[in-house]
Parts: sequence; structure tokens; C-alpha cells
Amino acid sequence: MMQSLKSWEGGLLALFCITFALNAAFAPEFLTLQNQINLFQLSIEKIIVALVMTLIIINAEIDLSVASVMGLSAVVFAFLVNHGWGGGAAAAACLVVGFVAGSVNAVLIARIGIPSLVVTLAMMIGFRGFARVLVQDQSLGDFPGWVTNLGQKGLVGPLPLSLLLFFILLIVLGIVLHRTGFGRQVVVIGTNAEVARFSGLNVGRVKATLFILSSLAAALAGLLYAARLGSVRGDSALGFELDIITMVLLGGVSIFGGKGSMVGVFLSILIILNLRNGMALINVTGHVQTGVIGILLIGSVLIPNLIHDLRAKRSRA
Amino acid sequence: MKRLMSSTSPQTLRLVALFLALLATVLFFSTQIDGYLSGRMFNRIATSAAVVLPIAVGQAIVVMTRNIDLSAGSTLGVVAYITGQTLGTMPDLHPALVVLMAMGFGAAAGAINGILIAFGRVPSIIVTLGTLALFRSFLVEYSNATTITTASLPVWLVDLPQKVLFSLGPLEMRLTVVLALAVCVIVGLALSRLRVARRFLAVGSNPDAVQMAGINSAWVVFVAFVLSGALAGLSGFIFLAKFGNITVVAGLGFELKSIAAVVVGGVSIMGGSGSILGVLMGTVLVDTIDNSLTRWDLVSEFWRDALLGMLIMAAVTVDTLASRSLTRLRGRSGGGQ
Repeated sequence: MMQSLKSWEGGLLALFCITFALNAAFAPEFLTLQNQINLFQLSIEKIIVALVMTLIIINAEIDLSVASVMGLSAVVFAFLVNHGWGGGAAAAACLVVGFVAGSVNAVLIARIGIPSLVVTLAMMIGFRGFARVLVQDQSLGDFPGWVTNLGQKGLVGPLPLSLLLFFILLIVLGIVLHRTGFGRQVVVIGTNAEVARFSGLNVGRVKATLFILSSLAAALAGLLYAARLGSVRGDSALGFELDIITMVLLGGVSIFGGKGSMVGVFLSILIILNLRNGMALINVTGHVQTGVIGILLIGSVLIPNLIHDLRAKRSRA
Repeated sequence: MKRLMSSTSPQTLRLVALFLALLATVLFFSTQIDGYLSGRMFNRIATSAAVVLPIAVGQAIVVMTRNIDLSAGSTLGVVAYITGQTLGTMPDLHPALVVLMAMGFGAAAGAINGILIAFGRVPSIIVTLGTLALFRSFLVEYSNATTITTASLPVWLVDLPQKVLFSLGPLEMRLTVVLALAVCVIVGLALSRLRVARRFLAVGSNPDAVQMAGINSAWVVFVAFVLSGALAGLSGFIFLAKFGNITVVAGLGFELKSIAAVVVGGVSIMGGSGSILGVLMGTVLVDTIDNSLTRWDLVSEFWRDALLGMLIMAAVTVDTLASRSLTRLRGRSGGGQ
């Protein structure tokens, strides 16, 4: 298994080098620091959420509600700011909203034992619905200057806050997943929850922690999204879950749980960002870009399956 | 009460509970909205449920095999567009042929899913998440962002949603409604009577045992996705007839609507159990709430999605807790589940 994991990441690294080289060859400005930062900035909210989603899918669960929590958090922030709250207090309230949303998911999944696919699908509709209730069909903006500055401008040199947060989370979650007891529990439960339960692991608590973390990350991402764009609507971040889950699965994380690495997901994020950038350079529209990523997602599971079949046939012959 | 609880099957109890929920919903809104219990309201809900019903039945078949079809809404949109476009250039096509064509296009899209899932062994959630995006981007490219308009459609199709087969007092049984109900009856009878159709449930209930019993489960899953595609195609046809104007966003979110109807209707997301009667009631319940909220003065229509999400969650939670306590009641709690 270790071998196939390594070769998967090797393949991702090769794919990344190809897309990177092609981008650099066709667009001279591509290699500038500012363009590299922009590359990340365009999808920064998605890639932050993808990091926690990695842990959730390795745990053999799924969280389809993240994009709705992002939208809800962004909308709550705009709503409160427009009702006279300070930016800091409103941001804190959004994190509380994220915590509550995650707790609702956590109770239903870990305590009552309803499949996460069903819970987060219903909550995807529900949380989005609450966002729509708050803003109806308006678009809310007028954030304090420091908020939009924080969302759009560099904080440390040219590096914006969101990018710093992403790299901090990447390193912290990478260490948590691969170097701590909690990370091992996540993997073991993902491999076989029954066995984990009988060997005395508190399966419910691990799952609950993950879903609360996921919604918290989504709420944070929603805040960053609002700050970057400067205005939000009821359908902000609609459909982002597709891109987020694609990033995780393309990174070699098994949808059945128990297998995957943070390095793989980071490489897959780099590939998708470069691919979108490259396709935009040759004037491929957003919808077709999404279609290509859909093909990539299916191919990432189909091709290893076919190779496996081919090998099995050859060894039999 | 206890004896009653332990003598009826959980499936029957679930249907009774759904029926009571539906009854309570209707009674509640009849006290809130003037002229609610009228033929007009019935017709409104019936015609809008008729669009969702075929796609929900298709989704149910897929979910029974322990899979999921997230691409159904995109399939609906593609089929509605292509069918509308074909009718624009060939308005003399026989109506029955048009329906078959719509189902054929849908089946083709379903076959793509089915091949990848059943024979490529890629999990359905991955495949259909991919084709959800893929079919939609195909539609955007193919249509070149143009819209099918009612003006380009033949008169019979535009008049189809108003076509009444027979009336029971003020309650009109419209053709599209009868069509959707016919799908329910056929699939429902097949699932309960035909050995071949029961394989969908068997595969979802225990894939390993099915394999040992000599059933080709890959083939069964493939057929489930083809059927789901064909029924999404039928929904696409009814959608085209009902709305007339088809843009690139046609059918967006219908995969969620169909899954909601299936889950509320008591089909287990883990596969192997569920009934079409439940799916029918689930669809009608979701649609009744949807249609009633838009006419309810007390609450703005922006509450629709929030309440819908809560409703699905409540239905599933009650179902999970009830079936667990039922199992305990019957003293079959061995196994620790």
C-alpha cells in the first residue's frame, strides 16, 4: 500500500511539473511572485476547506455542507456589519455560527448515527436556506476598509492573510494527521470503524471533532471570501463543495477512507490551480474548466483501476 | 399499541407515518391559506410534483442498489434542451417518439455513469459528481448560451401540461400527472413482483451474498443507472413541456430535490430497502410544502430552502430513532447496532 501511495504522489508531482512548465512557457508573467500569489488567491477559500475535508474523507465520512456554511458565514458577516456591528465582533459571530453548524452535523452523525452523506446533504440545503433568509435577493457590501484590505492586500510583504492561514493550516493539519495520536485514530477509524470501536477508541468523539473543525474552517473561509470580494449574496460560494472534494480525491485520498496524505492533497491543489490558470490563458471558459476537472476526478480513480486489472490479467497469462 | 407496533412491518409503519405527516401538512396550511383546499391548489401541486416524480423514482432505484446519482439534474437539463431543440427543427415528430427520444438521451447519459461505476469500479459518488459538472458544461458549450423558447416549440407540447385526461369533481387528472403516476405504478409493481427487478434491492442489501448467489451485480448496477438516466430524461421532457423556456441552468438542483424526495420517502441511503409508494409520498410532501410556503403570507418565500433542509433532517432523524427503538422493542438488539 505504501508503494502505491508513493507512486500516486510521484504521478501527481510529474503532472504538476508538466502543468507548471506549460504555464511558464506560454505566459511570461506566470513566474512572477505576484502572479503566483494571485493563483492561490483565486481559490484560497476552497483550498483552506479542502485541508480539513482531507481528514474527513480519510475518516470515511463526507461533508457536503461546507459551501453552504461558507455562504452562511459570509452572509452573517455582511448582515451584522450592515446592522452596525464592528468588523471584529461580526467575524467572531461568524465563527460561532460555524461552530454551531458543525455541532449540529456532529450530533446527527456521531451521536444519532445518521450517514454523513444524508446529514450534510440536508444541511447543505438548510444552511444555504438560512443564508437566503438573511439577505433575500440582495447583495450586501460596505465592509470597513480594514476588512477589505485584509482580504485583498498583502499582510507580510506581498503575502495576504488568507495565504498565510492556508500554509499554517497545511503544516498543522499535516502534522496532526501524520504525526499525532489523533491523526492515527482518524486513519484507523476510516479503515474500519467497527474494529476501532471494539478496540476502545471513542469513534463518536473523533468524528464530532472533525465535523466541528470542518464547519469552523468553512466559516473562516466564508469570512475570507467576503473580505476578498467586498460583497456577498445568498448564492455566494454555491457549488464549491464539488471543487473541494475533487481536490481531496485527486490527491489520492480514498473515498472509502483509511488512505491518503496531506502531501498528495497539496500537490493536487497545485495541479488544479495551475490547470485552471493554464486553461484561462488559452481562453477556455469556466464551465469547460469545471468539466475538465470532472474528467480528472473520474480518471483519478478509473485509471488506477484499469492498470490494476491489466496487471492482474498479465500475471495470470 | 405495543402489539400493533410489533406486528406491523417497519416499512408499513414508515408509510403510515409519511401519510400522517402529509395529512398534517395539508391540514395546517388549509388553516393558514385562504382557498387552500381547492382544485386549483391540487392541480398546481400535482403538475409540479409530476416533474420531480420520474427523476425521483430513478434516483430511488439507484439508491436501493447502495449508489447515488448526483448527475440526474444535469441529465434533465441536457435532455430538456436537446429535445426542445430537436422539436424546433422537426416539429412534426410524433409525441410518443419525442418521449422515447428524451428517455433515450437520458438513458445514454445514464449508461456513461453505469459503465464507469459498474465496470470501471469507480464509486458512484465520484463518477456522478464528475458527470454533474461534465454534463452541465457540455450543455453550456453545446447550447452556446442560447435559450429554447416556447415560441419555437410545437403547439401540442406547449398545451400538454394543461391537457386533462379526466376530472374528479374539481380535481383534474392531467396527462403529465398520469404519466408520472404510471411510472410509479410500473416501477413499484416491478420492484414488488418481478424477480429481476428485486435484484436492485438485493444488490443494495448485501452485495457479497448477491455475488455468491450467482447474480451479476455489476450488470444490475449498470441497469439501475441506465434507468435513472432514462427517467431523468422523462422528467426533462415534462420539464420542457411545463416551462417551455430552457436555459443552460435548466434542472439545476434537481439532483438534490430527487434525493430529498427519496430520503424523506424512507428509502435507506445504505441501500436494500425502500418502496416506490414511499417515494411518491415523499415527493408529494416536499412539493406540497414547497408550493404552500410560496403562498403563505406569514413567512417569506426565502424560508423555503431553510425549512426544506430542516424537514429532510427531521424526517431522517425520526426515521433513524424510530426504527432503532422498534428494533429494541422487538428484542432483536443483538449485534450492537
